[in-house]
Amino acid sequence: MAVTAEPKVDLREPASWRRTKNRIVTALMYFALVLVIVPLGFVLFTVISKGASIISGQFLTAAIPPQVLPGGIGGMGPAVVGTLEITGLATLMAVPLGVLGAVYLNEYGGRNLLARLIGFFSDVMTGVPSIVMGLFIYAIWVVHFGFSGLAGAFALACLMLPVVIRSSDEMLKLVPNALREGSYALGATRARVTLTVVLPTAIGGIVSGALLAVARAAGETAPLLFTILTVTATNTNVFSGANTSLPSQIFSNAILPYSGAQSRAWGAALTLIAIAFILMIVARVITARFTRLGR
Amino acid sequence: MSTVTSAERAAPAGALSERRPLGDRVFQILALAAGLLVLVILVLIAESTSQQATSWFSSEGFSGIFSVAWNPAAGKFGAMAFVYGTVISSAIAVVLAVPVSVAIALLLTEVVSRRWARPIVYVIDLLAVVPSVVWGLWGILVFVPWLNGIYSSIGSGVKGTPVVGNLFGPQTSGASFFTAGIVLAFMITPIVTSLSREVIATVPAIDREGAYALGATRLEMIRGAVWPHSQGGIVGAVLLGLGRAMGETIAVALVIGSSAQITSHLLAPGDSMAAVIASEFGEASGVFRAGLIGLGVLLFVLTIFINILARSVVARSTRRARGA
Repeated sequence: MAVTAEPKVDLREPASWRRTKNRIVTALMYFALVLVIVPLGFVLFTVISKGASIISGQFLTAAIPPQVLPGGIGGMGPAVVGTLEITGLATLMAVPLGVLGAVYLNEYGGRNLLARLIGFFSDVMTGVPSIVMGLFIYAIWVVHFGFSGLAGAFALACLMLPVVIRSSDEMLKLVPNALREGSYALGATRARVTLTVVLPTAIGGIVSGALLAVARAAGETAPLLFTILTVTATNTNVFSGANTSLPSQIFSNAILPYSGAQSRAWGAALTLIAIAFILMIVARVITARFTRLGR
Repeated sequence: MSTVTSAERAAPAGALSERRPLGDRVFQILALAAGLLVLVILVLIAESTSQQATSWFSSEGFSGIFSVAWNPAAGKFGAMAFVYGTVISSAIAVVLAVPVSVAIALLLTEVVSRRWARPIVYVIDLLAVVPSVVWGLWGILVFVPWLNGIYSSIGSGVKGTPVVGNLFGPQTSGASFFTAGIVLAFMITPIVTSLSREVIATVPAIDREGAYALGATRLEMIRGAVWPHSQGGIVGAVLLGLGRAMGETIAVALVIGSSAQITSHLLAPGDSMAAVIASEFGEASGVFRAGLIGLGVLLFVLTIFINILARSVVARSTRRARGA
């Protein structure tokens, strides 16, 4: 969408009230941008400066100490392990299902009622609060099978599913129809065309969409509260027993009055933001490459 | 499947007659199942959470649920204080975030060149990547202590003034409805901005050029050509932002003050539905726990309703935009 610039040659009377008003409003638009960027910069600065003073290789691997101890002791090792396990498992569940769902919407459903219904409710499902997803998995899984990393992964996967469906759907729509027609003309079945022509063409966009969904899920706390039951010990078995994660530890440390606990929370926050930013940058790089190749 | 209309996706010609290979049919069934999963999950959410909340519905009854009294020790579990907190804090967030978001969306589409728009979009998207719990941590340890002083001077300044005194008067606390509203405003700005930008981008270039050709300034062009065209879509974007704000949990739980009360004082501590579930679920059992899950059911119904409304508004306005 090209910006339609204001005309260069201007025959209107100079410095009228109309043009002053125009300038005031333009200035207000820039001011709105400042209103958003300054607090964002302040938050990032606080997290980086407070987090950087505690973070180290030892912080990322050491056990979580009793919270009354000062900041230099121990670290967030179990939470890092938990976040990687739970988010990884959630990704393994949500991404294949989400891509398959998008394939249904795009390659099979077309514009029939069911496909439109599923598309519409995927959008609606992105708006379901994350805490409701946590309660849902609590009610359907934890009540019967107990707390585990698996339950947390189910909750995160439910949050990621509609996001992956929507972003993959957008990417599949961009695949030129001529590619499909050409493949069908050679006698290929629909499954073969989808798997060997359509998906490989759209793979860059699908991966970057999925990475953004993972970045968002890694920072979620609310769905994990009632599914993994935040503990402080490392649990390498994601399928059973209570577990922990970086966001859950930040939440439980934030309300403690001890300065050591708080500085560990800042360190965990920096780790979490770093993970999310790295995923986001990788996604951007993939998108940039993909669009250059695609057009 | 085999109906041929002009804009339809290409389909294999063999679909009309021959038997398709097993793998092909299995793949179709898998894709269909994945799509149906969305509907199944939504139904299961409603079914399983309401089932866990039945003891709340049955022990409190209709009037108990819609009462203000919330006192777990006395066995009173009325939801209204939390509904009030959710509505007030998200309303503040929407009032603060919408003008800013729409202004940024207009800036990006109508003022700055494409070369500058891209980095600005990246920065706005960073807001969405900062996790809720990090906003909460910053809120409770940095923002709330800083606001304490400001709020109390505002509070004593407006004391006794008619309307303003009731809204911003004393009993102030750094952790309050208003603080939650400010933090929520930051969190919903990216989504409202990006949706508004999408809507504004659908305004036909010819409308803009026409307005400029008539001698309009940029502001007049926006009011005459962009605004009438994108009004509906922006309303949808605002509703989606409202839905997000209502469901936001952790940041709100940390900065709203955790005090179940209904008051006109926006600078006083309160509580919201999502926040109370997060902060009290661990200690709750029996009817208390059922009550918290019940609050989740109410929240689900509320946000689903708002999201369906928002998506319908957005869908209708983009359809109209394409048709025009």
